Amino acid sequence: MAPTAPSEVRQTADETKLRPDRPWLVIVWNDPINLMTYVTYVFQKLFGYSKAKATKLMLQVHHEGRAVVTSGTRERAEMDVFRLHEHGLWATMEQSD
Amino acid sequence: MLKPGKRVKRGRRGDYELSLPEQERELLRSLPGQLIERLEAGPDEPDLVRLFPPAYTRDEDQKAEQEYRGLMGTDLVDRHKGALEVMAATIDADRLDEEQMAAWLTSLNELRLVLGTRLDVSEDQIPPPPGDPRAAGFALYSYLSWLQGQVIDAMSGAL
Repeated sequence: MAPTAPSEVRQTADETKLRPDRPWLVIVWNDPINLMTYVTYVFQKLFGYSKAKATKLMLQVHHEGRAVVTSGTRERAEMDVFRLHEHGLWATMEQSD
Repeated sequence: MLKPGKRVKRGRRGDYELSLPEQERELLRSLPGQLIERLEAGPDEPDLVRLFPPAYTRDEDQKAEQEYRGLMGTDLVDRHKGALEVMAATIDADRLDEEQMAAWLTSLNELRLVLGTRLDVSEDQIPPPPGDPRAAGFALYSYLSWLQGQVIDAMSGAL
């Protein structure tokens, strides 16, 4: 069997634009419908956060209008956003600058 | 008039006791089915906007957003429907297991998201005066919020 040749490093225009080295941030936005206690509960349940950490994030959403609740790879962020959407939270994702 | 008292209590075995007066069950009975029917109309209906928020909002991520919608959109409809179906099937139950209670929690939230969108509620909402055409909608919204609060209290003990 032939040794594996070093794979050619190619970067398409798309990959450059996606900047794969920068983490994706999952952001939850303030909204007038979701109850504060519910938002705290969802953060604890989905991300395993302590009540203190979940409450702090919830209050950040409430007072500042948004908070970063998780960050990581794009795939991971998309799954977190989906789970937040499943629970009715207003979540979006964007790559950190 | 709402009778005070606890509607949801967590049992020792991790299940939940549901003590809902008959009139409240009657009030809730048709709601999951109505929303399931609404969901069949598709996720682009204006009052369903809060059930299907965008994942990507930046200009450069528009293609990713289309892909997210395409890949996850149907799953999200199914998840929303699934929770509502559990609530509909257990509307007369006195006891719920953890999973069923969780389905009630998300269903109540979905119902509030849709009703709240239709009523255009704000954070420090003042209820409209009696006789206002929106009064019934706001009364139902307040009741659902109150009941959801009870479910959250009961379920938070299990975290």
